[in-house]
Amino acid sequence: MTKIQVLGTGCPKCKKLADAAESAAKAAGIDYTIEKVTDINDIMAFGVMMTPALVIDGEVKTVGKVPPVEEIQKMLA
Amino acid sequence: MSTQAQGTGCCGGTTLIFSCSGAADVGAVADRAARKLTLDGAGRMFCLAGVGGRVPGIMKTTEAADKILAIDGCPLNCAKACLEQAGFTSFTHLQLADLGMQKGKTAVEESSIATVAAKGAELLGGATCCG
Repeated sequence: MTKIQVLGTGCPKCKKLADAAESAAKAAGIDYTIEKVTDINDIMAFGVMMTPALVIDGEVKTVGKVPPVEEIQKMLA
Repeated sequence: MSTQAQGTGCCGGTTLIFSCSGAADVGAVADRAARKLTLDGAGRMFCLAGVGGRVPGIMKTTEAADKILAIDGCPLNCAKACLEQAGFTSFTHLQLADLGMQKGKTAVEESSIATVAAKGAELLGGATCCG
């Protein structure tokens, strides 16, 4: 089970990243869970100071941007 | 002790400030100047040790920064070397010796901290945090 976490306090780009991550996971056909982390302290615990950020299985993959779905799909592979 | 500005900047556009924070007097001045710049809103002090340790969240955040300022207390330039060894080449560098502050001969006091912070703010071109 792949654990996907989207770090962001709720701005439009954060929601966009969550949608993109969901689409990528579905396209990849993997078992996954997706969690939105909105608490600033929880976000900063990842060492992240810019949002949105994408975390896959505990590792920060992107910060401060919304990558294309295809790119996220590669990260999930 | 004053509270340091915290929080995340949404959607990029952040200025990060790294200090050598070394053991010597000039390291302490560099550290406190970085904290002052954060409080003044010129950017956000960030963990140089996280870059040294290649901590993923800190590395990715640094990669996404619009501007980076590295403050070194002495000519050993440890902060600069640390960033460069981690692959960061596009940053502004401030070294306290260039401001006439010598290792072992610099008082850690408000005036020296303010001098370094003012130079740092000048080098950042008046950048402000997006967050």
